[in-house]
Amino acid sequence: MSSHVYPAPHFRSFEQQHEASELGMWGFLCTEILFFGGVLCGYTMYRLLYPQAWVHGSELNSLWLGAAMTVVLLASSLTMALAVRAAQLGQSKAIVGFLAVTIALGIGFLVLKGYEYYGHWVHHLVPGFNFSGYQAPDHPQVALFVVFYFFLTLLHAVHMIVGVGVLSVIAMMARRDRFSAIDHGPVEIAGLYWHFVDIVWLFLFPLLYLVGAHQ
Amino acid sequence: MSTRVHSVRFYVGIFAALLVLTVLTTSVAEIDLGAFNSPVAMLIAAAKATLVALFFMHLRWSGYRMRFAAIAGLLWLSLMFAFVLADVATRHIPEQPVGWNEAAASAARAPLK
Amino acid sequence: MTNPEWITEPLAPPSYLNNGYGWRSWFLTTDHKRIALLYLISITGFFFLGGFFAMMIRLELLTPQPDLLQSDTYNRFFTMHGVIMVWFFLIPSIPTVLGNFLVPMMVGAKDLAFPRLNLLSWYLFMIGGILAFSSIVIGGVDTGWTFYTPYSTTYSNTHVLWMALGIFIAGFSSIITGLNFIITIHTMRAPGLTWFRLPLFLWSTYSTSLILVLATPVLAITLVLMGLERAFGIGIFDPALGGDPLLFQHLFWFYSHPAVYIMILPGLGVESELISTFSRRNVFGYRYVAMASVAIAVFSFLVWGHHLFVAGQSVYIALAFSFLSYLIAIPSAIKIFNWMATLYGGSISFETPMLYALFFIGLFTIGGLTGLFLAALGIDVHVTDTYFVVAHFHYIMVGGMVVAYLGGMHYWWPKISGRMYPERFGQVSAFLIFIGFNLTFFPQFILGYLGMPRRYHAYAEGFQTLNVMSTAGASILAVGYVLPLFYLAWSFFRGPLAPTNPWGATGLEWKTASPPPTENFEETPVVTEETYRFPVREEMLV
Repeated sequence: MSSHVYPAPHFRSFEQQHEASELGMWGFLCTEILFFGGVLCGYTMYRLLYPQAWVHGSELNSLWLGAAMTVVLLASSLTMALAVRAAQLGQSKAIVGFLAVTIALGIGFLVLKGYEYYGHWVHHLVPGFNFSGYQAPDHPQVALFVVFYFFLTLLHAVHMIVGVGVLSVIAMMARRDRFSAIDHGPVEIAGLYWHFVDIVWLFLFPLLYLVGAHQ
Repeated sequence: MSTRVHSVRFYVGIFAALLVLTVLTTSVAEIDLGAFNSPVAMLIAAAKATLVALFFMHLRWSGYRMRFAAIAGLLWLSLMFAFVLADVATRHIPEQPVGWNEAAASAARAPLK
Repeated sequence: MTNPEWITEPLAPPSYLNNGYGWRSWFLTTDHKRIALLYLISITGFFFLGGFFAMMIRLELLTPQPDLLQSDTYNRFFTMHGVIMVWFFLIPSIPTVLGNFLVPMMVGAKDLAFPRLNLLSWYLFMIGGILAFSSIVIGGVDTGWTFYTPYSTTYSNTHVLWMALGIFIAGFSSIITGLNFIITIHTMRAPGLTWFRLPLFLWSTYSTSLILVLATPVLAITLVLMGLERAFGIGIFDPALGGDPLLFQHLFWFYSHPAVYIMILPGLGVESELISTFSRRNVFGYRYVAMASVAIAVFSFLVWGHHLFVAGQSVYIALAFSFLSYLIAIPSAIKIFNWMATLYGGSISFETPMLYALFFIGLFTIGGLTGLFLAALGIDVHVTDTYFVVAHFHYIMVGGMVVAYLGGMHYWWPKISGRMYPERFGQVSAFLIFIGFNLTFFPQFILGYLGMPRRYHAYAEGFQTLNVMSTAGASILAVGYVLPLFYLAWSFFRGPLAPTNPWGATGLEWKTASPPPTENFEETPVVTEETYRFPVREEMLV
């Protein structure tokens, strides 16, 4: 049973409201593509200009840590998809459970990320503060790679933190039986956002960790 | 909005495929494929992203508008990439035919002789 | 709280204006019409603030010597003028005021798809605006509105970060507004209102929104990169550290060139409505005009490199950008010719909005054609960074957009306020603006072609006559802008009551009361025919 606040008074029907909010989220994700895309464009341009520096730069990141983070995020996407499935079936308890696991995996990802940042800090690999940890060829260009590494992963981490916050709110709403089989738009919308942030990481992984792995 | 409900097994299957692709990309990265290193890595990433978008995000069953929104972002991004990278790639190609400068220089010197 | 008498008039039917009077009913409203009024008041404030800086610039340029302003102050003033006019007036002008007010009414809905986000967008806009404004108070910014690196990141000693933060936040307001329009037009159209029955204002608003949504995020991320570079010296745009300043220009113009179409497309939409109503004819070639809007939106993303012709980009890509810049003239010309064809044989009347519409055609044509000069590689080298460029984009942005905005405001004013404005005053100020505008900016074409560079507070003595003409025109223009402020404000409270459809126009917004009730329509309208079906015309056909 759910308290029927929907459809909001300016919509003619549930379908219209669902359609609007889902399309709204896709439109927002479209802006996110371009938001990340501007940085990725810079990344690609400099990679074309300094291929060797990019190889050296990505060797500063641990391949296995990156792969572990990828697996954690993929698992969180699975549980998110299952939470949406539970919402479609109107199973409030299952929504809360799957969301809790998703949030935990998201935080796990952030912890791994923090551990990785800590490593860079300890080894003086933070351009703008202290980049004395790297002393091999192409010094400024390698620093440029690390700048992109930090900027892209920080941008991604900010999105993760927002996602964890959003999912917490949704989980709270689900605990109060806010959703039903017909009326669970927010769960699906939050899910779209979470999967998108996952997709961004799927591209960041090869771009930041795999460039120099073959050497 | 997709009202179709899929089985848990279905989602786990997609997840397994994603894991396989992750293992694949990580191990392929250790092999030197020359010019193909990064295209292969990006291709696998794109495949993973497509799996997530089509099945986890239900794009496979969404209306044309959602697909349009998803594709519009990528299309516009590719425009940005295309022009910026085309600029970088061709910025230092000499604008005159090879030997032009020498020819022009000797022509300029000629009357002084 | 005691209400003024105009509110308590015994027969005033319930409308969005008399539905609550407390500050909460305005500042926490989710009614798109009230939000439109909030925007109207805010952007009017920004317009006159930006106008003040413009006036100071023109006064300084009255004489060749630096006398009124010194170079540092002058640099700050033209930056402020540019930033405020671009981001806090032109980009929000028609979309947030007329768009917010009209989009739901034109599609026959009760509100936009996301009313609370709409309110949020106004708050973000105001926060951004106040940040930008406060950067003036604490000392200003002198980089020009384009924030080119490395000047903005390395050399300028002014409050660049503060200003960039303001624009960054205001950018999200644009994104939300654009998304809201797109989703509303896609999902909330009244039964029977198919895409090719939409008023052309909606087509242009839709195209504008596409640009807002697809381009603004790139501006946001570019400003973040610029800010980080300035704060930490990380080298993304610094050649000494391997960076490339041209990357900034690419990213910036990937947003800002489409953004100049944000600053004209909505005007093209208003224009179609005005021309059709006041010549009482269906817009000639409706589908072509509609598709031209979408085409302009798409092409606008393919031409940004013409801002980099002399910046050192590849000559090959410059050739491509030059060619693509020419292409964008095609959809623009389609619109101009179709408006002419609409006028042909129409029964034209010259109310104030129509005067603005006719002025628009002339000014936009001049602005557009001089754009072709600038798209030509050879000529551009000669006139880059001269007053020719200044004159060109003012013909588009002021002669086009501001004129269309004022035309639209007069046209929909009876609907917005429920009152008629004084027609004679309207016509006088329209003529003042037309005369003042041309006197201000036409001499600048000549100045630029003769080689007077932009962004300098002093100039060679031979340029003085033309500069005096320009400053004289600016003062006429100022009077033309101040007049509507007073008579529109007066008519909001004291003007004669407006009928439901004072112009005999088509379109759903004219089928409900003036001012409209909070929920816009008594019941959801059903659309059964194309828009712009004028009864007179139909009788003539029979």
